[in-house]
Amino acid sequence: MNHPLKKLTAKFGLPRVLIVSFFFLLVVAAAGFRMNLPQLLSDLLRRWGMFGILALAMVPAVQCGIGLNFGISMGIVGGLLGGLIVIQMGIAQSPALVAIHPLAAMWAAILVAILIGVVLAIGIGYGYGLLLNRVKGSEMTVTTYVGFSIIAFMNMMWMLLPFSNGELIWPNAGKGLRNTISLASSFSGVMNDTFALQIGDLKIPTGLLLFFFLMCFLVWLFMRSKTGMAMSAAGANPMFAKAAGINVNKMRLIGTVLSTVLAAVGILVYAQGFGFMQLYNGPMMMGFTSVAAVLIGGASPKRAAIPHVLLGTFLFQGILALGLPVANQFIPESNLSEVMRLIISNGIIIYAMTQTKGGSGRE
Amino acid sequence: MNKKISDIIFKNKVVLLFLFLCVGATIASKQPLTFVIPELFTRIARNSFIVLSLIIPVVAGLGMNFGIVIGAMAAQVALFLTTYWGLTGIGGFLATVALATPLAVFFGYLIGVLFNHMKGNEMIGGLVLGYFAEGIYQLIFLFIFGGVIKMNNPTLMIATGVGVKNTIDLKDTVKYALDTVPMLTIVEVAFYLFLIGTVLSVLIKTVKKQEVNWKDTLLRMIAAAAIYAVTFIRPIEQFLSADRLLLLSAVEIACFGTVIWQAVKFARWRWNVKKLGMENLSRSAQFNRNRAIANVFLAVVVYALTYVPYLYNILIAVKLPVMTYLCIAALCGFNNILLKTRLGQNMRTVGQSRTVANAAGINVDRTRIIAMIFSTVLASWGQLIFLQNVGTLSTYGAHTQVGQFAIAAILVGGASIQKATNRQALLGIVLFHTLFIVSPLAGKELFGDPVIGEYFRVFVSYGVIAMALAMHAWKKVAKPKEQEQNQVEPGTAE
Amino acid sequence: MEKTKETYVLKMDNIAKEYSGNRVLKGVNLHIRPGEIHALMGENGAGKSTLMNILFGMPVIHSTGGFEGTIEVDGKQVNIDTPLKAMELGIGMVHQEFMLIPGFSVTENIKVGREISNPNLASRLFGRSMETLDYEAMDRDARKALKTIGLQIEEYVKVAGLPVGYMQFIEIARELDKTGIRILVFDEPTAVLTESEADRLLEAMRVISSQGIAIIFITHRLDEVMAVADGMTILRDGEFVARKEIKDTNVAEIAELMVGRKVEKLVDDNGEEDHRVIHDDEIAVSLRNYKVDMPGEQVKGIDLDIRKGEIFGIGGLAGQGKLGIPNGIMGLYKAEGEVRINGDLLDLNQLGDALEHKVAFVSEDRRGVGLLLDESIEQNIVFSAMQTNGKFLKKVAWMKLYDAAAAKAHAEKMVKTLDIRCTGIRQAAGSLSGGNQQKVCLARALTLEPDILFVSEPTRGIDIGAKKLVLEYLAKLNREQGMTVIIVSSELVELRSISDRIAIVSDGKLASILSPDASDAEFGLAMSGSRKGGH
Repeated sequence: MNHPLKKLTAKFGLPRVLIVSFFFLLVVAAAGFRMNLPQLLSDLLRRWGMFGILALAMVPAVQCGIGLNFGISMGIVGGLLGGLIVIQMGIAQSPALVAIHPLAAMWAAILVAILIGVVLAIGIGYGYGLLLNRVKGSEMTVTTYVGFSIIAFMNMMWMLLPFSNGELIWPNAGKGLRNTISLASSFSGVMNDTFALQIGDLKIPTGLLLFFFLMCFLVWLFMRSKTGMAMSAAGANPMFAKAAGINVNKMRLIGTVLSTVLAAVGILVYAQGFGFMQLYNGPMMMGFTSVAAVLIGGASPKRAAIPHVLLGTFLFQGILALGLPVANQFIPESNLSEVMRLIISNGIIIYAMTQTKGGSGRE
Repeated sequence: MNKKISDIIFKNKVVLLFLFLCVGATIASKQPLTFVIPELFTRIARNSFIVLSLIIPVVAGLGMNFGIVIGAMAAQVALFLTTYWGLTGIGGFLATVALATPLAVFFGYLIGVLFNHMKGNEMIGGLVLGYFAEGIYQLIFLFIFGGVIKMNNPTLMIATGVGVKNTIDLKDTVKYALDTVPMLTIVEVAFYLFLIGTVLSVLIKTVKKQEVNWKDTLLRMIAAAAIYAVTFIRPIEQFLSADRLLLLSAVEIACFGTVIWQAVKFARWRWNVKKLGMENLSRSAQFNRNRAIANVFLAVVVYALTYVPYLYNILIAVKLPVMTYLCIAALCGFNNILLKTRLGQNMRTVGQSRTVANAAGINVDRTRIIAMIFSTVLASWGQLIFLQNVGTLSTYGAHTQVGQFAIAAILVGGASIQKATNRQALLGIVLFHTLFIVSPLAGKELFGDPVIGEYFRVFVSYGVIAMALAMHAWKKVAKPKEQEQNQVEPGTAE
Repeated sequence: MEKTKETYVLKMDNIAKEYSGNRVLKGVNLHIRPGEIHALMGENGAGKSTLMNILFGMPVIHSTGGFEGTIEVDGKQVNIDTPLKAMELGIGMVHQEFMLIPGFSVTENIKVGREISNPNLASRLFGRSMETLDYEAMDRDARKALKTIGLQIEEYVKVAGLPVGYMQFIEIARELDKTGIRILVFDEPTAVLTESEADRLLEAMRVISSQGIAIIFITHRLDEVMAVADGMTILRDGEFVARKEIKDTNVAEIAELMVGRKVEKLVDDNGEEDHRVIHDDEIAVSLRNYKVDMPGEQVKGIDLDIRKGEIFGIGGLAGQGKLGIPNGIMGLYKAEGEVRINGDLLDLNQLGDALEHKVAFVSEDRRGVGLLLDESIEQNIVFSAMQTNGKFLKKVAWMKLYDAAAAKAHAEKMVKTLDIRCTGIRQAAGSLSGGNQQKVCLARALTLEPDILFVSEPTRGIDIGAKKLVLEYLAKLNREQGMTVIIVSSELVELRSISDRIAIVSDGKLASILSPDASDAEFGLAMSGSRKGGH
């Protein structure tokens, strides 16, 4: 009786077994309390699509050898800037586009935002990658603090940048951009609402999920291309890659840029699903959430793949989506869900760190 | 000579940069020094202890200990409980310390064990561990207290009875408990502690049948008794009955102290020379005449400067809480003394090279765990000192930035991931907190909004840590290459 | 064995050791007299380090089932099961890599872990670790130890600034400072020293031994042995070959004893005749003043011509630089000098240029460089050819994607040809046995369809059957496809059984090029290239 359980924990690690069991426990509890399961599932699907691309950003980072990228805030900042510029220009309100279809205008807005975000992220990611090539072996420590620093730096920038659209700046005497910016008039929910299906209480955000899967597919394709495979080899064994004539630093650079770009796309997708863009310290801990998601899905600091992203985000967001209402049954109006998030996400990261030997990853 | 100067500038670039920033920001803030300096000394008293608790792990090669957050949490758990039990004053404070210490020892042990499993990743591990502990902490304060453990106290608990309130007022309990210990009490307690220590020492020696130096012991007792007796003289007793010391008095005492100390040193040297002869003196017993003269000269100049009216105004504006500053000084002394013990030397060895330590028969893992226990316990005490001075416990916020700001401060003082000293810690606190005081005001003057200044100081604290970490990692990559080159040299010289 | 009954400070008798069925020591004896300098000699893998690990009671021995045989120290049988025990018995080691802390003073380094300290109140309450250090007593001891070996440095200076040559002396001083030291092991102490430093070290060894401390001197350099040692023990393949007094022997005899063994037939001729025609003016690889900066395998200027279509062997002891040659050409380590492949100049700074010139390489470090351990056999086989030659890729729209079908077909073919034993081409390369991993590496190199193939240590760590198969396959490639094969190996036997010519590298330089039929003494002398022979 003890034996298969031991095997299971040995294979997947105790924390993962606990998390999966916890997820199922929550499902059973939710059913037991006669909660509206389809509604909960809708929430879960929405969160899955929203957070998925941010977690996906871990795949190229881990595969190219820089490890878990706590510094996706670098890309997030690029994405946010893209969003701000689009709102400033008022693309979603441009009469020509609205005339075709309101949704078309919103799509145009988010696509332009993504485009700007991607361009910025390429630039930021390149510089970031150059830095990471100089600190091989300590990437995790450095990325975390560089990620924090850019958020703190942008806090000043959000105060100083010359945006003027009324949607963006504080209405009265205040200075700088608002804390949370409503996307209602630009691209709020544009992906969620496209082709959305309503089956009873279950709402499937088809457009969002399709976009998420499309991104996964693109990353998957890249991983099977010549460059993608060279990148994976450079991450797995730099000396092996070198022996095959591959420039390891260049591959790490590509991986870092890709990860940063995905983070920029990811934050915009997240924002449209949420309906708001959070500036200032809002995105501070997003790196941790994304890292935790892929780790829960079974990734390690050395290996990460698309299934890890899909599974990990689903489980993690599932626990959060189900956890809140279930916890409220015990203690009303509590933020037990937030406490759970802290414990689970940081617990899995600590676990992953104890499993790998430090100081590796140097050529 | 030019090269020497540029060398010094390069080595201290971080300190110099922040010195300029501080001076610039202070000028920009248009605040008088009579405002900035007293504020600064309050902050030094509050924060020094916890910053100094970072030094031991650095020496032991664990880098900056982000785990001090957990020490702070231990302190807050203890403080909450003693507040709940209604303990007050210095007694309540000491009870809190007594409760926080075993908690911190236990947590420190756990952190040490965990860090041994992630060698090389201690810093990021400590950071994440801090967030993890934050989750557990919230779980305890929001759900266990009042939920699982029934607690009935409407001033501490949320109205529903489950969970602790956001802020706890310490005004009637331990606020200023440590700061307000009168100097007279300190002297008295020190005297009795010394007596107990001496007696204990003699007892142990006699039990173990070792030789006791009676003459030395007696002389020391008499000296202690004499100092204690002096406190019964009226004016001195009056002076000592206060709990705060004017900065002016402190400076004066320091100046006189320096002069007397140099005189004693000189006398002792003469006496030694007479007794042993010049040649037989060990290196440590030598007397450096130039340095002594320089010290005395400096003391005189500083004393003279106190008569400058501008400085005088500043000096009388600051009142130092004596006991708190003594605690800080004691920790500085402890850090120094520890390094001169067997354990301290083992820590240094482990910190420099785990391989060598292992080969020399030092238990590396155990030494690292001990370092973590020390640091965590000291951090918990530091947090208590901070809280008794602030006077309110922000239940869910007081500890969150502790590691962040303490580490930023020590780095600003010129410390690095591998090397940190008392001096760097204290200098760092002065610079970092000056920036903290003036940057919102400077932000208001320069950009019309104090928030910018606040964001700036947060950015500085993150930025300086990111830079230090990157530099450290950079060096680690570059180092093996250098070593290889060194080894090639003799071959090519052949 | 000895004529008269002598007293020995150390007697190790019939020592045997097995690592998971592999016998690395087969009944070895080591007898050391007090105050004797005793050289312990043998090729790499002869069992010297295992013997020393046994002497020091290293955990690696006792965690793998212990050893057989007896050890006597001063005539008393002892059981050394921890390094601490060895230390207590007065056995010390001067390490090859310096066990010094640069940031510490000389005293601190000498006294590391054995500090002198005085008790105080805290130590009386909390134990010995709280005792205060007595720097003056420590300085005194350090000065004494330094004086013994005649090193003129101040004990309070930091080690960081000292020349490399001094570090070894500080290590020795540390060992001498340990009370009751009786036996001191020097593990290749002169490997990193300049000639004058080495001479001073030998002098210090004489001084130490004159005080009655026995020295076990592990080295490859024959001239040093002749200069300083009193006696010597030679090991070969884990077997005890001979114990000789230096005054009764000479360089040529020692060299022969070290290398000598019958040349086993590792490659069957199959009765085929050798139809190859090798011209002296058709040069496949030409090296001029070639230097490689590979840590531990420095190449310090080599001129060499390898003819088209020959099997060329490169031999030499470990650490002498033979491995640096292929690694430099492939761009894995920084190299300089002139390298021509079939007459074309190779750009050593451009990674992958050798691959472009149809040079393939099978690395000696299979797990570190040769394989992606977590990836499938298929991935490992096709990877290089895909990256270099653009094979196994198909065009989909504008993208070039992995052609799984073609890769699978090819991998399966290679698995069959080379007889790679696996559960299928999806098996992870890391889970294969050593021999099969080597075949996967070979398969990847061959997939590149090279003209010139470098194979480093082709048979290291694989069993005899696989060994034979790998070597035969290399010979076949050479015979049938005319591929130029360059084998770099520490195993002289295999080089002599397959190569047309053998270059011996010593101290980063070419010692000589020998025919496989040259005498054992010639090989021995070239390999243990005393400085005289080297240049």
